[in-house]
Amino acid sequence: MLRLANIARRVDSHNALQDISLELKRGELNILLGPTLSGKTSLMRVMAGLDRPDSGELTFDGESVIGVPVQRRELAMVYQQFINYPSLSVYENIASPLRVAGLDKQEIETRVAQAAQLLKLEPYLNRKPANLSGGQQQRVALARALVKRASLVLLDEPLANLDYKLREELRAELPMLFAELGAVLVYATTEPSEALVLGGKTACLNRGRVEQFGPTLDLYRDPDTLMAARLFSDPPLNSLALSRGNGGLRFAGAEQALPAAVTAELVNALPADEVESTLTLAVRGHHLRLGSDVAHASEPSTRESLIEIRGTVDVTEITGSESFVHFTFMGQPWVALLDGIHALPGGAAITLYARPHDCFLFNTQTGKRVRKLSGGE
Amino acid sequence: MASIHLKNLGHRYAAYDAGSDNPYALNPLDQVWEDGGAYALLGPSGCGKTTLLNIISGLLRPSEGRVLFDGEDVTDLSTERRNIAQVFQFPVVYDTLTVAENLAFPLRNRGMESTTIEARVAETLTMLGLEGRANERARSLNADDKQKISLGRGLVRTDVRAILFDEPLTVIDPHLKWQLRTELKKIHERFSHTMIYVTHDQTEALTFADKVVVMNAGSILQVGTPEQLFDRPRHTFVGTFIGSPGMNVLRCTFDGEAAVVDGVKLPLDEATIKAAHARGLATSGVSLEVGVRPESLLVVGAGVNTDDDPHYVRVDVLGVEDLGRHSLVRLRLGNQLLCALHPEGAAIPEAAALRFDPARTLLYANSLLVEANG
Amino acid sequence: MKVQNNKAWLMVLPMLLLVAVSAIIPLMTVVNYSVQDTFGNNEFFWVGTEWFHEVLASERFHNALQRTLLFSALILAIEIPLGIAIALAMPRRGIAVSFCLVLMALPLLIPWNVVGTIWQVFGRVDIGLLGHGLASLGIDYNYTQNTFDAWVTLIIMDVWHWTSLVVLLCYSGLVSIPEVYYQAARIDGASRWAIFRFIQLPKIKRVLLIAVLLRFMDSFMIYTEPFVVTGGGPGNSTTFLSIDLVQMAVGQFDLGPAAAMSLIYFLIILLLSWVFYTVMTSLDNDAASEQGRH
Repeated sequence: MLRLANIARRVDSHNALQDISLELKRGELNILLGPTLSGKTSLMRVMAGLDRPDSGELTFDGESVIGVPVQRRELAMVYQQFINYPSLSVYENIASPLRVAGLDKQEIETRVAQAAQLLKLEPYLNRKPANLSGGQQQRVALARALVKRASLVLLDEPLANLDYKLREELRAELPMLFAELGAVLVYATTEPSEALVLGGKTACLNRGRVEQFGPTLDLYRDPDTLMAARLFSDPPLNSLALSRGNGGLRFAGAEQALPAAVTAELVNALPADEVESTLTLAVRGHHLRLGSDVAHASEPSTRESLIEIRGTVDVTEITGSESFVHFTFMGQPWVALLDGIHALPGGAAITLYARPHDCFLFNTQTGKRVRKLSGGE
Repeated sequence: MASIHLKNLGHRYAAYDAGSDNPYALNPLDQVWEDGGAYALLGPSGCGKTTLLNIISGLLRPSEGRVLFDGEDVTDLSTERRNIAQVFQFPVVYDTLTVAENLAFPLRNRGMESTTIEARVAETLTMLGLEGRANERARSLNADDKQKISLGRGLVRTDVRAILFDEPLTVIDPHLKWQLRTELKKIHERFSHTMIYVTHDQTEALTFADKVVVMNAGSILQVGTPEQLFDRPRHTFVGTFIGSPGMNVLRCTFDGEAAVVDGVKLPLDEATIKAAHARGLATSGVSLEVGVRPESLLVVGAGVNTDDDPHYVRVDVLGVEDLGRHSLVRLRLGNQLLCALHPEGAAIPEAAALRFDPARTLLYANSLLVEANG
Repeated sequence: MKVQNNKAWLMVLPMLLLVAVSAIIPLMTVVNYSVQDTFGNNEFFWVGTEWFHEVLASERFHNALQRTLLFSALILAIEIPLGIAIALAMPRRGIAVSFCLVLMALPLLIPWNVVGTIWQVFGRVDIGLLGHGLASLGIDYNYTQNTFDAWVTLIIMDVWHWTSLVVLLCYSGLVSIPEVYYQAARIDGASRWAIFRFIQLPKIKRVLLIAVLLRFMDSFMIYTEPFVVTGGGPGNSTTFLSIDLVQMAVGQFDLGPAAAMSLIYFLIILLLSWVFYTVMTSLDNDAASEQGRH
């Protein structure tokens, strides 16, 4: 198990990493999710021993590994760029860490053959990396990491430079490939969808801090902070401040209060100490629905239990089976992900509905969740 | 702005391997792209989309055929004389110049008057939402703002006949991709430039373009609206390449009234059956496949009485992956694997049946769609 | 396992000692000489800043300094633009690249005194290819008698010897510019000059700064080649500071003034290098902010 306790590191007088505590178990896939410069690579470098943290503890299976040079750690790393030895054949590339480790010829052959089979590289073993496609080159780099049987495997956006479809394929294979190793596996990505496909556990990183760490789906369905919810939303999360008055909740600046039933449902779920807090409501794009898609929409009782959102269409993107409708709601850019083709012209009025229990409420000041919901259940 | 006519265009590299069965990097094609249209060239690496883009931009001279802009033959014109603009994968900005200077650059080079330049630059800054940042140094900007400037150097010109994009969102963070993409879309809606966008990312292609040109192995497989490509892919490659996950493609036979997959009958619609008969597919022995999108399959529990309904087919559930917004259900039909998408929150039955919609179950002969007029 | 790895410092120690012995101790010796006088027999008298006053007031020093500054200025004015021009003209791919690179590296591999000897012989009117050739064309050329000819010879020699360095540095900067920049510039309708000014120059600025500094310091301290070719003549016309210094210290054994002069010499180089560095780095910032004002 790789344990990080209160790891901090400053680079050029800004905090690259702040107070990071994580426990990463063997045999589990751990995803670091965050935008560029959120500290994913910095954190991996600390884990690898390439950089020394300014403070904090880093232990592997109970032993401190701070100050242990990277050459002496059982470690494999794969980067976004395809890094192979250009002058060596694919076979020699995969065998290189084993030769360094001084394994006998027989063992090297077996392991390389195994890795080549797993990664479908058998036909290319005698080629040079330059004669391979991008996907194949990255497979070679992955095979090299695999044969090493390292106890810590760090993958830094390994699929980012690959074609979309290839990425889909490799993404599905990756967790299985490394699962058998029993290593601590760390995978950095900027894309929420990638984290969801990979599963495992996810740590949301933002400005060098871990916003939240836990099973990937729990994080997606039940984010603790507004930032974690934002990081885990693609298309971007919709959010707007709520205000109180005249016995009801309303969107800040709106004339009409939310229906009484909705207000009651929202307020009832507030913990006692948050009843007076300023709140922000957030909802994912695919939880917004057109009136025509809501069952029993014509009945007043149904309408009364939904949050109505009236906006002006900005632009619509159609993927062939779905539509991303970008619209402005109370001055904020919102996006709805609707099933089917909805070619709405810019400037058109749009009315959408959200179920209160699909929405997240956050304390506007602290950015923390103020209500636990069971998400999409 | 201009329409683009690729007339009997093809390209082979001089140094192409003589032993290869196909000497073409780009197989001969004939395409007319409308003035003011937004086109996306979509395909995997090495499919020829970049070769095609370079032929249009003039960086590459085609080995055969002509390129016409508004009927004018530009095949022999250099890039700079074709009046096109291009945005590259990595943002190209002039580091030492400011944002405004960068935008003014192509106008200065063409010797325009400074008052005209100033007006055009101001207009373009507004278009890009960079009004307040005119005097910032280009070097200090983020990747997405730099990419906006690359685009702006095209928008600022009034003589531009087409704006070409070569995977422009590659180095942009996911959240900013959404912004940049929609801004591009809005700019296209407002100003109707002819735009050609090369990408391997289906989401980018489908959301950006009015017409998507799907390419593979040097050939154009289908040109169509996102909806057409999704609903009626004309080639199995198009079906599997577009969609996440792509279309299920299962080997089958045709028994005269339905597609038969490993002994299981899948219903087809009238038009398909007619077309299949017309081509004698029941007896011809050509390789047949049935294609159905994971989105159009409905997984139902054993509780639903499906015995008398030919739309339902019994399948084995191999596994379920929760992807957040929906679940991916991995299934086996006969000896072949397929998958279906299931909405978020809905329970997945253990023993299941699958509902096939005949209108959305397509038949392919030699990888090509079997349809009435085909 | 929690071992602080301090071995690195031990590795650096020999180098630190070497620097101390080779640089700081001789420098202190020079400082020591520069404030004392001696009449031999190892007897020294404290004279304070007298030698410095004497050197700074001496016409001989002024003349040598002026000659050296002029030489450096001419060298920079010729070698930097020429170096950039050659680097721009060099091929970017194919076998011609290695050929050009080897050709460029050749002059840099020749020892300095040999360079001097080559040109000394090359320029001789009686047997030298250049000297004899010019003479047979009817051109009156003699670097041992004519000041102008001596300067021209020294400058051509230095250009021949050192322009390669500028070329190689610039070339390394130029090849690192991605092809798309050129494509984008062509699409923007940029002229050859605009491409150079806004793409190539900004990208090679850093290596160019190194080239300017190296060529300045080197030419300002030039000794071996002019000493071999002209010996500082005709008259004193090519007696640069370095030659003057050696004449004073070794030829006349005026240790005090020589020490003071070498310190002044050292400070001038330091000062001018610093000026070059700051001017060139701030020039870029100025340029950008000026364009921002349009």
